[in-house]
Amino acid sequence: MSPPRALVLAGFGINCQEETAAAWNMAGAQARVVHMNDLLQGHVSLRDFQVFTLPGGFSFGDDLGSGKVLANKFRFQRMPSGGTLESELRFHVERGGYVLGICNGFQALVKMGLLPGLEPGGQQATLTHNLSGRFEDRWVHCKVDPATHSPFLRGLDMLHLPVRHAEGRLLLRDESTRRAVLEQHLCCMEYCDAGGVSTRTYPANPNGSQLNCAALCDPSGRILGMMPHPEAFLSLYNHPDWPSLKRANPHISQDGQGLVIFRNLVANLEGSTRRPPRSSQH
Amino acid sequence: MSAPTVVQLIPRESWTDPRAAALASKAREHLSLHTGKIRIIPIFVLLPQLPLELVRSFASEALRDRLLHRVLVGEPYTDPAFRSFILLARHPGVTDDVGTTAQKTLRDYLDRELGGRAQLVFSQTVFLLENPLPKRDLRRIAHQLLGNPLIHHFEYGPFRTLVHFDPSVGLPPPASTRSVDIDIPDSSLLELSRRMVLSLDLAELHAIQAHFRDPAVRRKRRRLGLPPSPTDCELEVLGQTWSEHCKHKEFNAVISYRDLDTGQELTVDSLFRTYIRGATEKIRDKLRQHGNDWLVKIFSDNAGVVRIDRDRLFVWKVETHNTPSALDPYGGAITGILGNNRDPLGTGVGGGRLLFNTNVLCFASPYYDGPLQPGQLHPERVFQGVRHGIEDGGNKSGVPTVNGAIVFDDRYAGKPLVYCGTGSIMPATYDGLPSWEKNISPGDRILMAGGRVGKDGIHGATFSSTDLDEHSPRTAVQIGSPITQKLLSDFLEEACNQGLVKCSTDNGAGGLSSSVGELAPISGGARVHLERVPLKYPGLAPWEIFVSEAQERMTLVVEPTRLDQLMSLARHMEVEVTDIGSFTDNGELRVYHGSSIVASLDLHFLHEGLPRKHMEAHWQAPRLREPVIPQPLDHGKTLLRLLSSLDICSREPVIRQYDHEVKGKTVIKPLMGPRGHAPQDAAVMLLSLPGQPSCTPGSGPYDGIAISNGIIPRYGDLDPYHMSAGAFDEAIRQIISVGGSLPDPARAGNRFWTVNDNFCLPDSAHHPRHNPDGRLKLGRLVRMAMALYDMSVFFGIPMTSGKDSMKNDFRVGEVKVSIPPTVLYSAVARIPDVRLTVTSQFKAPGDIICLLGDTWPELGGSELFRLWGETGATVPRVRMEAARDLYLAMGHIHQRQLLESSHDLSDGGLAVALAECCMGADLGASLDLSRADLANLELHQLLYSESHSRFLVSLRPPNLPALQAILPGRCHVLGQVSARPSLHIRWQGRTVLDLSVGTMLHNWSTGLEAPPPHEEPA
Repeated sequence: MSPPRALVLAGFGINCQEETAAAWNMAGAQARVVHMNDLLQGHVSLRDFQVFTLPGGFSFGDDLGSGKVLANKFRFQRMPSGGTLESELRFHVERGGYVLGICNGFQALVKMGLLPGLEPGGQQATLTHNLSGRFEDRWVHCKVDPATHSPFLRGLDMLHLPVRHAEGRLLLRDESTRRAVLEQHLCCMEYCDAGGVSTRTYPANPNGSQLNCAALCDPSGRILGMMPHPEAFLSLYNHPDWPSLKRANPHISQDGQGLVIFRNLVANLEGSTRRPPRSSQH
Repeated sequence: MSAPTVVQLIPRESWTDPRAAALASKAREHLSLHTGKIRIIPIFVLLPQLPLELVRSFASEALRDRLLHRVLVGEPYTDPAFRSFILLARHPGVTDDVGTTAQKTLRDYLDRELGGRAQLVFSQTVFLLENPLPKRDLRRIAHQLLGNPLIHHFEYGPFRTLVHFDPSVGLPPPASTRSVDIDIPDSSLLELSRRMVLSLDLAELHAIQAHFRDPAVRRKRRRLGLPPSPTDCELEVLGQTWSEHCKHKEFNAVISYRDLDTGQELTVDSLFRTYIRGATEKIRDKLRQHGNDWLVKIFSDNAGVVRIDRDRLFVWKVETHNTPSALDPYGGAITGILGNNRDPLGTGVGGGRLLFNTNVLCFASPYYDGPLQPGQLHPERVFQGVRHGIEDGGNKSGVPTVNGAIVFDDRYAGKPLVYCGTGSIMPATYDGLPSWEKNISPGDRILMAGGRVGKDGIHGATFSSTDLDEHSPRTAVQIGSPITQKLLSDFLEEACNQGLVKCSTDNGAGGLSSSVGELAPISGGARVHLERVPLKYPGLAPWEIFVSEAQERMTLVVEPTRLDQLMSLARHMEVEVTDIGSFTDNGELRVYHGSSIVASLDLHFLHEGLPRKHMEAHWQAPRLREPVIPQPLDHGKTLLRLLSSLDICSREPVIRQYDHEVKGKTVIKPLMGPRGHAPQDAAVMLLSLPGQPSCTPGSGPYDGIAISNGIIPRYGDLDPYHMSAGAFDEAIRQIISVGGSLPDPARAGNRFWTVNDNFCLPDSAHHPRHNPDGRLKLGRLVRMAMALYDMSVFFGIPMTSGKDSMKNDFRVGEVKVSIPPTVLYSAVARIPDVRLTVTSQFKAPGDIICLLGDTWPELGGSELFRLWGETGATVPRVRMEAARDLYLAMGHIHQRQLLESSHDLSDGGLAVALAECCMGADLGASLDLSRADLANLELHQLLYSESHSRFLVSLRPPNLPALQAILPGRCHVLGQVSARPSLHIRWQGRTVLDLSVGTMLHNWSTGLEAPPPHEEPA
């Protein structure tokens, strides 16, 4: 069986494509880094991939707000086929594909309206300036909702990952959106303290997100967006306290915890769909 | 022309913008102004004539955030809750990334081109204030908190309805090229040099005069249709090329040096050749004798090159961007970083992949409350602006900022120092050819890639070679565009990998005139057509196009047969690339504008015609004495004061705002430990991503590098020689501390070390009236360079590149503030296995704490004396032999993995190092210093002396005998790590210090956090 294929988007200020591709490769998938114009001009087709990844970075300098211009590109730029990349992406999900947006990629998915994905079009949430008013790089603890149906997060309880953003504060459009997000378990990761208790307190909650939310998935579970960077913790030696972790447990794995998210999806793809995705019509 | 359309994004009531609240509190804290509630309204000014409905839907869909804003297009906005406004726009022609991006998104939205590449959409911001403030106060907020009058256009007053500013650039038609008469008296020549900002002295002007009087030159010019006198363009090119910035005239001068204390006299035929390149060449010879060839390229390209393994090279450079940062701290820092990034990008063929940034900053105290001169910014503002520039320059480029330092001394009010360093990895070959070489043949095309040319950054090179005054021109200031450069660097990497680029170079100081001028000698000439150069707006004279330092541009050399392929890649990656000429072999730099020739300069004269400078230097040791400090010291109080002092307190508030781990390769980050508080000695990075199989002979998956910086300007007041040697030692010992080992020329393998030296000096050219102590200043520089040579050769650690910045003064009338002489050594060394590296903080209770190395009663220039405003007399000296023995021993100690932690001793000595190791781990330490075999010292000397070449280490008890066997007599057991979170020190049977980790942490972590109110003169 050939390994699952993961497309990693690049270009226009996306920065984390190398480590994100490395993550997929380490997890057993076959990653391909693709410049956005290759997709927009139809040189590469999303249909050849099971996973679409939007990595972190500062796409288009985040000049109109984080992820906004990237989202605009998806929504408005016409492809040779006449459609948009957003319609391709929605089709990708409908036919059983997966989408992972990290940091800037998450911001773009939210601004496209794909997350939390409660309705077909229109923005239902935003990721905006941290309450601290600052960009910050710091490691945070996150607690995974045990009831989440995101295959990326299967079996995970707590994660320790870095956040690196100025605009990570999640706001939901209104009370009904909030209710729906809670009822459908779409807020799949929350900022928490070292003991696993969800928190609004800075800096454990680095941005002041509603619901202390660090990650959202859509109702199908196929789309996941997260502010923390799992691709920044592929090796034990990425952790800011690795010498102490190693001392406490001399047999500790050399792999980083962030890798689990990628491995989970690869296991899911290899386990559930042993055939290539359906190639149905529009 | 009809009126532009204005889009206003009005924040919804339901959302509180944290930036608005932050601004209100800043106005209160810094300026004592009460603004009341603030509302921030982004506005966009659209020049294209589009139906209002279309603009409305575009703004609703593509510009606003639906949850945060509502949209108003073309209708007035009022709100009685707000009584004052400030409009923040940019001066015409200043880089406006937000406007440019909005324009691109408009193009996508309309699915059609908007007509050329001229800027048609502009971004501005309106701040509405609840309270009715007088214009005077609004102006203070605008100028001191929101923007810089050199960059920004402000409007302010009582708020009635929203206003905007028409930002189109309106320049008169450009002046055509004219010839400049230089057959004039000396006084007029100097006046001409000043007026044209050429920064040339009389000897240089005479050399130019003589050249243009040469009958052969005159004949040639007649033949070409050029006037006998130089054109403005030619003089500008000479000014740029001969600038201190480009030619390092003082580092290449013949210096007569006299030591007034010993009577020793010495002629130094170029500081650079004698001491800097001299040291590296000596080391290279030694390496070659042993068959080692890791030193690949030194001092002859934009950055130095060393070999990682068969397939990869490490390329890196550290530079300064001081003058631009003094004028506009944000813009100066961001262009400093992006500009420095282009150095490794444009080395050899080019196209290396950036790996890290490192930044070292020198400022006056942010708490400074003395007078400021007109045009001088408050140090706190400089600090915050530079910090923000580094944040955007690094973060937005996806390059981690992994290491750095901040030094405070009020003399840096004269000029802040902003050192930017960048490392990159370049393939060793492209198409089987060496990547580090620059080859050019006649007929190869000259391409300009990246941003467009405007009036911004004209005279940067010549301007940085003069001191600042209140009339400093605004065209020298630029704003960087990280996104433009990111696209450019992605493109260059791809183009080089595809073998489309023959070589490349940065367009930095001097713009095209320097980049083409420096490449031209390789083929033997060049020909440039300025009318082809894409401009941001019309109205530039030919010479302005040629010398403009508009940012984010590189010059590429491409074979004609590869041109089409390169252009098509550029279109695909949306990078503007223009063919502006070709290389020749006629020995000339020829510049055309349309059909007319505007410059023709003989390359030999251009590069070799510059007369050597002759300068005088002397040295006399200052008369110093040891101060009397109150005894007995309260060591608890003293340590807390040290921990909260500016040079020692935690940099975490700054460091957190830099991304230090993008790329996933950072192993020792600037802050480590269970809560991320522990400052580290050197950064450590992997050379390959985790999980990537290393297919290169000579490297494993855990191969890495360590990166450090050494800088101690305080010691320069005692002796610049020992200051320089100490800074070099600091850079080495930080790398040794984390796990590096000294170079061994006899050993095969690419265990490289590479250092960048960066000298920043005040004006050191003697002038009886303006600079009466110039000889002493130059004498200090000579001593600093002598120490560099001694250290470099002794340790076998070479410089591979470097920089000097010579006029770091601020002058208004008779007032002059000069920086202290400063040298930064930035070092990178190969680490064979990052898994064996060691961090600074303690790890576990029960571990033994030892001090390695020798402590001397050396409190001169110490942080302890600084608490009392004293300098002292006994400057710490590097004892080279003893240091080498210790560093070699550390190599064995690391190899045997004996240590749990290691921290080098520097500012504040042992006491501060102990506190940092505890705070970083949330652990305590219990020590009895009289147990250590250090009886020759008094307690305050032992605690606060800043003697070099020492490490504070911790280890598991069973490892102690092995450590002591390796370092007999130099391993001083001090005590143990304790679970009780306090630092407890005993001396001769009694407790002399007992501080809780919480108290220390509080003092240490708040030193930078409470900026004082400040005011700048109008």
